[in-house]
Amino acid sequence: MVSRAARVYIFLVVSLAAVLVAFLVYQAAMSGHVWMQTAHLPVPHPLAALITLQILFLVCDSGTTPMTSRQTRWSPGSSATLAAVVLLGPLFAALTGAIALLSLPRHLQLAGRLFNAAMYALSGLAAGGAYIACHGLVGLPDSGNFQGILLAFAAAAVAHVIANHGLIWGVHRLNRGRGMWRSDGLESSRALLLASDLGYACLGLVIASLWASMGGFAAPLVLVPLFVARWAMGQFTEQQRAYAATMNALCQAVETKDYYTRGHGDRVSRGAVMIARQIRMSTERTEAIKFAGMLHDVGKLGVPTQVLQKTGKLNEDELAAIQLHPMRGLEIVRDIGFLFEALNGIMHHHERIDGRGYPMGLAGHEIPEFARVIAVADAFDSMTTTRSYREAKSIEFALGELRRGAGTQFDPVVVEAFIAAIEKQPWQLPAPAAKPADPATVTVKDHDDPTAPLRVVEP
Amino acid sequence: MTGGTIVRRAAPARMAYWQALDSGRILLMAAAAMLVVAAFAGVVALHPAHVNFQAALAFGGLIAFGELFRLALPGGREAAPIAMVGAMAYAMLFFLPSGDVSYDALMVVAVAAVGMAVGALPHIAAGRSAGLTGMCTRLVAVSCVAFIFRPIVSAGIGHMSWEFQFSVVALVFFVGWLVDTLVGALIRADDVGARFSVAMRDEMRLQWPLGLAVGASVLIAIFGVMRMGLLELAVFIGPLLVTQLAFRRYAGIRATYLQTVRSLARVTEVAGYVEAGHSRRVSRLAVAVGRGLGLAEPELLALEYAALMHDIGQLSLRDPIPGGATLLVSPADQERIAELGAEVIRTARVLDDVAELVRYQSRPARGHVPPPPLGSMIIKAANAFDDMVGSSTDRNRSAAALEQMRLSPVEYDAGVVAVLAEVAGRRVPSRL
Repeated sequence: MVSRAARVYIFLVVSLAAVLVAFLVYQAAMSGHVWMQTAHLPVPHPLAALITLQILFLVCDSGTTPMTSRQTRWSPGSSATLAAVVLLGPLFAALTGAIALLSLPRHLQLAGRLFNAAMYALSGLAAGGAYIACHGLVGLPDSGNFQGILLAFAAAAVAHVIANHGLIWGVHRLNRGRGMWRSDGLESSRALLLASDLGYACLGLVIASLWASMGGFAAPLVLVPLFVARWAMGQFTEQQRAYAATMNALCQAVETKDYYTRGHGDRVSRGAVMIARQIRMSTERTEAIKFAGMLHDVGKLGVPTQVLQKTGKLNEDELAAIQLHPMRGLEIVRDIGFLFEALNGIMHHHERIDGRGYPMGLAGHEIPEFARVIAVADAFDSMTTTRSYREAKSIEFALGELRRGAGTQFDPVVVEAFIAAIEKQPWQLPAPAAKPADPATVTVKDHDDPTAPLRVVEP
Repeated sequence: MTGGTIVRRAAPARMAYWQALDSGRILLMAAAAMLVVAAFAGVVALHPAHVNFQAALAFGGLIAFGELFRLALPGGREAAPIAMVGAMAYAMLFFLPSGDVSYDALMVVAVAAVGMAVGALPHIAAGRSAGLTGMCTRLVAVSCVAFIFRPIVSAGIGHMSWEFQFSVVALVFFVGWLVDTLVGALIRADDVGARFSVAMRDEMRLQWPLGLAVGASVLIAIFGVMRMGLLELAVFIGPLLVTQLAFRRYAGIRATYLQTVRSLARVTEVAGYVEAGHSRRVSRLAVAVGRGLGLAEPELLALEYAALMHDIGQLSLRDPIPGGATLLVSPADQERIAELGAEVIRTARVLDDVAELVRYQSRPARGHVPPPPLGSMIIKAANAFDDMVGSSTDRNRSAAALEQMRLSPVEYDAGVVAVLAEVAGRRVPSRL
C-alpha cells in the first residue's frame, strides 16, 4: 500500500528521471557524438559495454541480501552504475541504473519497480555529474590519469550514495509504516549500510581499471568476491534466525515450570522493545533489550519450587530466595557475549525509583535504563494476565496502576513512553489461561505483580 | 588401554608458551624461521638497484594492514584474508606501469615477513596473542607461491596474452591455497586430536568461500595494479574490508550462539536438577569422543549442542531427581526425559538433528532397529561416565566406571567406550 503523498513523490521522481534522460539523449544526438568520452583511450564497443554493465547490475540486484532485519536489504548494484560513470559517462550510468526496471525481486509492484529504476537512474546521473564537475575523464583509465580520476570518482561515489539514500529516505518518510520498499536501510543499521555502500562503490573504479586489461570479463571477476560476501551475509542472517529461535525455545522450556507465567518472557520482551523504539534506542540496544526482556526471569529457576508454590505468607528466608532471582539470572547469562547493558537490565529489573527495590536498592537514575524499561513491561504483563489468585486485569487498569506507580516504583518517562507506544500499536493480550490440568505447575505468588506485593510475616 | 594409565592430571593454570607447543607447530615455525633468515640474507646481498622500494612498501603496507584486521572464523580459527591478498599479489606481480618487477622469491618472503611482523605488533601491544602459528602458515604458503611464480616472471610471462597470464596466476594461487589449507589442517589435527583426513576435509569445507574471495581479489589486484599503478591498491581496500566485515558478523553470531546455548544449558544446574558443571563436562567429553571417532565439524557442533542440552527435559519434571544423575532413574523415566528434551529443542525448528540426538540419548546401543545415532550413543556413554565420576579426578573411580560400562555392551557401544577410555585418560584439550 502506498500513501497518496508517496504516490505524488514517486510520480515526481520518475518524471524527473525521464525528463533528464530524454534531455541528455537529445543533447547527445544533436551534438553528434553519442558516447561522450574524454580520456585518451575510449572504451571499445560502448554499447556492448553498456549491456555488460546492465547485466552486472541485474545480477547484483537479483538476490538482494536481507540484512539485520527483514526490512533492510542490501544491493551492490551501485558498483555497475559507478563503473559506467567512469567508462561511459553520466547518460550511460543513468541507463545502467534504469535497468532496475527489469530486475525481478519478488513482491515488487509496478510503482516500486518504476521508483527503483528512476532512483538508480537519478543516482547515476548525480554521480556522473559530480564526476564531470570534478574533471574526471570518461573512458578507459590508465596510470597517467588515474590519480585525477581517483578524486573525481570519490566525489561520484559520495554523490551516488547521497542521491540513493536521500531518495529512499523521502519515500520512507511519506510512507511510514507500510513495508513494501526494499533498500529502506535508513531505518536500521544506517552506519553499517552507508559504510558498505561506500566500500562497494569503490568496486566501480576497480571494474573500470580492469576493463583496460580484460574488457567485459572484469564484471564476472568482480562478482566473485561480491557473491562470497553475499553468501557470508546470508549465513549471518540464517544463523541469526536460528539463534533467535533457539533462544525462544530455551526460554519456553524455562517457563514450563510455572503454568501462569508461560509466555511471560516473550511478552515482556515485546513490551520492552516497544518502549525502546518509542524512546528511540539504537538498533543494537533494541536488539539487546529484546533478549534481556526474554531472559529477565531466568533466575527464577533457582528459586525452590516449594517457595514459588507456597500458599500463605512467606518467611524471611523464602522472601530472600525470591529476591535473589535477578542475581541468579545474571549468573546464568553472564558468559553470553551480550551487551553489558542487557546484563544490567536482568540484574536490576526489580529496583524501584524510590530505592526500595531489590537486589541492590538503587534509586532514580542509578538504575540502568534497561532495567527501568524492563520493570515497566514486566509489571504490565503481570497485571494483564491471569494468576491463580485473581483474574487478568484490563489494559486500562494496568496502565492506571503504572501511572500511579510512576515516580515511586517506575520511571515516569518510561511509563509515558509505554503508554504512547500502546496507543500507536495495540497490545495483544494472550488468550486467557484455562485452569491448568496439573495443579503442580501452579505458582501462588507472583513476585512481579504490583497489585499484590510480597510481604513478610513476622515470626 | 590399561587402567593404570587413566590419570586425569589437573591442568596447570597457565603453561609457559614453549610448553604448549607441539611437534607440528615447532616444525612449522622452524620452517618459517629458516625462510625468513634465508630471505634477509638474500635481500641484503641484492643490489639496491634491483629493489623496487615503492612496490615493496605498498604491498608490505597492505600485508601489515591485513594482519592488523584479522578475522576470527568459527571453531577458534584465525585468518588474515587481506594480508593474504597483499602477499599473494606481491608474489605474483609480473608487470607495473612504472618500475621493475624482477625481484626474486626471497624478496617476497622478506617483505611478507616484515609486513606480518609490523601488523602483529599492535596485537601484542594490546595484549592479544600474536597469532604466530597463523602467520607462519601464511608465510609458508606465500613462499611456495613465490618460489613457483618468480621464475615464471623471469621467463617472460609479461609478454603473453592476458588469458594465459590469468590462468597461470589462478593455478598457482590454487596451489598456494592448498598448501595453506594443508598446513592449517595438520596443525589443527595436532591441536584438537582429530584425524588428519577429517581435519583436512573440515578445513577445506570451511575455507573455500574465503579462499575463492581471496583468489579473485588477488587476480583483481594484480591486473588492476598492472595498468593503474600501485594507487589501485588503495581503491581496492574498501571492498576488501566490507567483504571481511560480512565474514566477521557471521563468525560473531556463531560464537554468540554457542555461548548462549552453553550458558542456558546451565539452567538445569541452577535449578538444582543436575550437579554443577555436569552439562559442560559431558559436552567436552562427548566432543572429544566424537572427534576420536572421526566425526566432521558440523556433526561435532550438533553433538556439542545436544550434549549441552541433554538434560533440558528435566525442566519439565515436578521435582529434581535426587543428585541429578539420570543414571539412577528407571529406563522409562530416562526415555521420558529424553523425549521431553527433544520436544523442547524441536520447537526451535532449526536444530532438528540436535533434537534427534537428545531423543535417543538413553536408548541402549544394541537391540533396537534402527540403532540409535552415533551421537546419541556418545552422549549416553559420556553422561553415564560423568554421573559416576563427576568432577572427581580419582583414577580408580574413573577406571571402575569404564569397567562397568565395558561390562554392559548392550547398553554402551564398545567402540564408543574404547575411545571414551582413551579420552578420559588424557587431558581434554581446552582449545576447541
